[in-house]
Amino acid sequence: MSGAVLVFVHVTGGEPDRLAPEILTFARSLHAPVESVSFAGEVATAALGTYGVSTAHLIRDERLAGPTPEARAAALAQLIERTSPVAFVGPGSERGNELVAHVAARLGQPMAANVISASVEADRVRLVRQRWAGSLLEDAWLAGKPHILTIAPHAVAPEPAATPTTPAVAAFEPVVSEKDFRVRVRPVETSTKTGISLSDAKVVVGGGRGVGSSEGFGELEELAALLGGAVGGSRVVTSNGWRPHADQIGQTGLRIAPDLYIACGISGAIQHIVGCKAAKRILAINTDPDSPIMAVADYAVIGDLGQVVPAISAEIDRRRGG
Amino acid sequence: PDGQEIDTRFLGFTVSPHEECAVEEAVRIVEKHGGSTTVLTLGPAAAEDQLRDAMALGIERAILLETDGREWDPVATGEAIAAAVRADESANGAYDLILFGNESADTGGYQVGIRVAVALDRPIITGAKGLEVGHGSVVARRETPRGGAWESFELDLPAVVSVKEGINLPRYPSVPGRLRARKKEVARVSPTGRRAGPEMIGLRLPQEERSAAEVIGRGAEAAPAVADLLERIGVLRQEVRQ
Ligand SMILES: Cc1cc2nc3c(=O)[nH]c(=O)nc-3n(C[C@H](O)[C@H](O)[C@H](O)COP(=O)(O)OP(=O)(O)OC[C@H]3O[C@@H](n4cnc5c(N)ncnc54)[C@H](O)[C@@H]3O)c2cc1C
Ligand SMILES: Nc1ncnc2c1ncn2[C@@H]1O[C@H](COP(=O)(O)O)[C@@H](O)[C@H]1O
Repeated sequence: MSGAVLVFVHVTGGEPDRLAPEILTFARSLHAPVESVSFAGEVATAALGTYGVSTAHLIRDERLAGPTPEARAAALAQLIERTSPVAFVGPGSERGNELVAHVAARLGQPMAANVISASVEADRVRLVRQRWAGSLLEDAWLAGKPHILTIAPHAVAPEPAATPTTPAVAAFEPVVSEKDFRVRVRPVETSTKTGISLSDAKVVVGGGRGVGSSEGFGELEELAALLGGAVGGSRVVTSNGWRPHADQIGQTGLRIAPDLYIACGISGAIQHIVGCKAAKRILAINTDPDSPIMAVADYAVIGDLGQVVPAISAEIDRRRGG
Repeated sequence: PDGQEIDTRFLGFTVSPHEECAVEEAVRIVEKHGGSTTVLTLGPAAAEDQLRDAMALGIERAILLETDGREWDPVATGEAIAAAVRADESANGAYDLILFGNESADTGGYQVGIRVAVALDRPIITGAKGLEVGHGSVVARRETPRGGAWESFELDLPAVVSVKEGINLPRYPSVPGRLRARKKEVARVSPTGRRAGPEMIGLRLPQEERSAAEVIGRGAEAAPAVADLLERIGVLRQEVRQ
């Protein structure tokens, strides 16, 4: 057993992705040497060395460059069998969870998804993981050889190693069978959607049941346009067909992190809040001063959004001399 | 196709929105292409209600892998479901497509569907927001991780796909549908699976540090105070309208 922690690092254009610093920081907390593995021709080793990686395994097989979770898992399982790490860690992104679950299933080992902290105790890991998209925490034991886990995004603050390392690059050539490519990847279709995306917008105007209808969103669109923002909504709004599901914010929709989130006619159910709590500021517009959103928002206007929202737009227009 | 299996989960009696969509998708596929549908869950006796809800939408058969109500870990759950599928297939014929939710609402393990697919040696893709069943294969689409584009995959049947909310808008059950569902039989099976973890110690709420909202106004008269706030936090700085 190498006793190392093997970390799957997603590399694009030779650079580790933005979750890599978080999962490498987590990996160091297990007090074992940290090795990384990536599907890439080359990797910026300095970026890995900053976070204490001793060996960077590279799998250069071109066929594994695309989204082929089953084949990638076959390759990772072979590297794990070869190097016997004490733990295998990946990002708790959608794709990270998919890949790591494939590895765990293939190796017949348990897996814990969306872990936020852990410590190795004898032959088990004691860990804390997120449930309900982070609105509930679970303490748990995880066995397994190796211990297989994914790390919840944005739950671990990245911290460079006290002494940076110079990672050795090790090429690994897995034997991947044709069968592992049985899910055939088809060409990517780009979407024709235009305008500011909900994930990138600095201001998001969100609407809930209180908006009342798809037409009611006209006023929210107007305010969002004035602020250079985008419109989103609660699950009530998408299940009623007032907005497409792509606009849903929350546990089963998007997680957003704008500078300002304006929640109009939204009660503040926890499954909605997990999608918007990363906003720097939240302004609630609601008729009910006792609505749960009041405990989450920074600012509130008590009133009917049908009157408040157009009044805000008019005031902005007025100040801009419109 | 001549068979679908839809899998939903009811721990603490929560069917995840993804799973509701899996049920809806199965019903739609069969409406379009013919065939039959089965819904299966591993959970306590009371999960029968949710199986009937699925039958009210048009699912024909239901299988309950009945537990004593304690939580089963994802390894054991995956093994139990795979074993139940094998047993059902040898009695009633093979499923062309098995649908899962992308992740369960309550435990969020992100793995049961993949474990079942690997155990049954069938191809799987997760996170589908579009499904098109063709001759002998299914095409699944999902958003790329950065959004703004779609990647798609073709899987030969029999296949496994996990779906996400947004793939469809589930219908409401009709009254006759509900009545029919009430009379249908739910097959009960005792599940078998090896417990392997994670093993839950306990649950707790995270510490959140937000304090109560500052009320800055009431009704339309609040508009100037809101505009002041927008200026102060810098979201009203420049003219953004094109
Ligand atoms: C597993 C699971 C996943 C879920 N995922 C999501 C998710 O991703 N996103 C999500 O949003 N929800 C999700 N939900 C649903 C969530 O629990 C709530 O049901 C939902 O968020 C409520 O939406 P709402 O706030 O629009 O409606 P309500 O809770 O009905 O609130 C409406 C609010 O509008 C106010 N109001 C009414 N009229 C007016 C008016 N004229 N002016 C101003 N205010 C007014 C009311 O006072 C109230 O506060 C999920 C649920 C489950 C079980
Ligand atoms: N107890 C269960 N009974 C039936 N299906 C389940 C169960 N647990 C998980 N699943 C299915 O597997 C998917 C992924 O679950 P999980 O791995 O827990 O996130 C869920 O959306 C369900 O479709």
